Amino acid sequence: MKDILVVENVCKNYGNFTALNNISISVPKGSVFGLLGPNGAGKTSLIRIINQITLPDSGTIHLDGEKLQPHHIQNIGYLPEERGLYKSMKVGEQVLYLAQLKGMSKSEAKKKLLYWFEKFEITDWWNKKIQELSKGMAQKVQFIVTVLHNPKLLIFDEPFSGFDPINANLIKDEILKLRDEGASIIFSTHRMESVEELCDYIALIDKSNKILDGKLSDIKQQFKTNQFEIGLLCGNKEALLNQIKHHFKVEDYKKAVFNADLKMLVTLKDKETSTDLIQFLNDKAQITHFTEIIPSANDIFIKAVANNG
Amino acid sequence: MDKLKLIIKREFLAKVKNKSFIVLTILSPLLMVGLVSLIIFLNEKNSEEIHTIAFVDESTQLASVLLDSGSIKYVNLTELGLNEARKITKESYYGLLFIPKSDSLVNLSKGISFYSEGSPSLSILSNIENKLEKKIRDLKIAQLNFDIDKIKATETVVEIGTENFLGEKSSKIGSILRMAVGGGFGYLIFMFIIIYGTSVMRSVIEEKTSRIIEVIISSVKPFQLMLGKIIGNALAGILQFIIWMISAGLLMFVITSIFGIEAASSSTSIGQMNPEIVQQVQQTSVSELQLILQEVKSLPIFTMFFSFIIYFLGGYLIYSSIYAAIGAAVDSETDTQQFMMPVMMPLIIAIYVGFSVIENPHGPIALGFSLFPLTSPIVMLMRIPFGVPWWQIVTSMLLLIITFIAIVWFAAKIYRVGILMYGKKPTYKELYKWLKY
Repeated sequence: MKDILVVENVCKNYGNFTALNNISISVPKGSVFGLLGPNGAGKTSLIRIINQITLPDSGTIHLDGEKLQPHHIQNIGYLPEERGLYKSMKVGEQVLYLAQLKGMSKSEAKKKLLYWFEKFEITDWWNKKIQELSKGMAQKVQFIVTVLHNPKLLIFDEPFSGFDPINANLIKDEILKLRDEGASIIFSTHRMESVEELCDYIALIDKSNKILDGKLSDIKQQFKTNQFEIGLLCGNKEALLNQIKHHFKVEDYKKAVFNADLKMLVTLKDKETSTDLIQFLNDKAQITHFTEIIPSANDIFIKAVANNG
Repeated sequence: MDKLKLIIKREFLAKVKNKSFIVLTILSPLLMVGLVSLIIFLNEKNSEEIHTIAFVDESTQLASVLLDSGSIKYVNLTELGLNEARKITKESYYGLLFIPKSDSLVNLSKGISFYSEGSPSLSILSNIENKLEKKIRDLKIAQLNFDIDKIKATETVVEIGTENFLGEKSSKIGSILRMAVGGGFGYLIFMFIIIYGTSVMRSVIEEKTSRIIEVIISSVKPFQLMLGKIIGNALAGILQFIIWMISAGLLMFVITSIFGIEAASSSTSIGQMNPEIVQQVQQTSVSELQLILQEVKSLPIFTMFFSFIIYFLGGYLIYSSIYAAIGAAVDSETDTQQFMMPVMMPLIIAIYVGFSVIENPHGPIALGFSLFPLTSPIVMLMRIPFGVPWWQIVTSMLLLIITFIAIVWFAAKIYRVGILMYGKKPTYKELYKWLKY
């Protein structure tokens, strides 16, 4: 079995409102899977179904090859977007309670808890109440609650919100470490730069429908527009530009991130290849810069959602 | 099952460890003890004080009844005359009783006055009035040449003994006892439902507003959480109740052991005064006590105890699951009022009906409301001490259990959807829709 989670044809309606329309996704083992989509697209509905908080109207879900059953909750760790803990309960007690609800024994939970507390250097918080902690501190505790029972599948909904950059990095490293140790991660976010950094696979949901999914690198290939950023050193700029314009589709390119006499953006037609372009240029000038423009996750997101509109 | 236990334990501890719970549980019996002791102490203090009353009896016919008794002492100043007596009284006595000279017995009662610094104690005045009235009446009877003893023999006391058709004796004291026991049980359930139902609701709202709910229900079923919450809160309530019962027992023990001896000694001082009366008083109080004991024995104690448990559980579970559903449907406690009214109504009606039911325990209103499941836990408990046919109890309990199952089912549905809904306060129509999700 190479997929930890397989969701097939899941539909969910609330009264007349369709929250999920025939959604299918597969999350490969040991990967970070980005679940993306605009607000109100249905991400949370899908996550709640995977967590067995609500049941789908139709469709099937398999976790690690088995049909999803109540006992599977101990294999899933869930960090909801809306964080919360009992405000007047002590940190240690609270994490132990929540771990026991996930099916851990008290002694086992205690051992694990000490490990994580030491790792985050928060052992002295044990007897503090949540209301005495800052928001960021409480978030750390909540992260520990999510991962404490060593789940096979981790679901993080906007995990970095509420963290300062240092702690966000700390959490990011922990997430990647958990992946390397064999956990699979579903990662729901609006922050596209973290998608770029973390995700191996993505699925894009918009208006209750899945509009895109697959390996992030493959999707980028699909969405690339055969555009190249080019910088040249040469004598006669005007003559050269006209020459190039005669053969290729050229746009002026003002973005001054590199040094060159002549900057341009070239879009290749279907039959032309990058080799053709390089050969053509190489004869006429010194190439200082040559980059294929790969669409960012952000571009893909906006484009896909706009097309779906 | 293990998870339910965990939830119950947490809810119980969260409630019990709460400062306001501790304060309420420990402080309120202490306050009660303090208050009751203070009242008794002040009372004792008051009656211990001895008032000396001077009198001037110009009629010379009434002085013979003004004898020292209990806390009142008399000093005869008739020889000094009214003016002199007033001066002396002002300096050294509580008050001065003046009985003017009169030409006939008819006018004897007129013009009697009492002089004192402030307004005199009403109990002292009525005590003196009683003595004088009796004496004047006796004098009048003697003047008419009637035999006083014969007249006294005509005084009659009628007490109607009541008995039901099974031959069990009952009495007015019994009815009062039944009212007290039934009313007490009904009121207890009423208070428990309101206090602990609201506490369940608060705890649901707390979980919702602190947003921990989503973490919890990704681990347990919403129904388990709701049930655990209801049971945990009930256990905390029962604990509080037990602590109060124990401290009430202690309170009784303390009070009787401190004040009991003094009460006995004061009764002997009455005894010195008039042994006959004391005997009478003792006889009646003994027989009353026996009657009460008899009545307690004749109460359907087993039925009462058994049905108290059933109605208590049924009533509490029905109402607290409604409270839980309300808590789940709203975002904050201020939004609850719209839904609280329909819940409070049957409870309040039950209490009102209950107290009128005590007057007429077997009328159609009593029957109706003791069968209707939202009022039966209170009304039926108030009726049971008066004897209720078994078929009514069984029907009422069956209705209660069926309603309980239905309401818990509905409440669980609303709860399940409501805990994940934020934003605007739902309407009844929306709540109805939630039932179908």
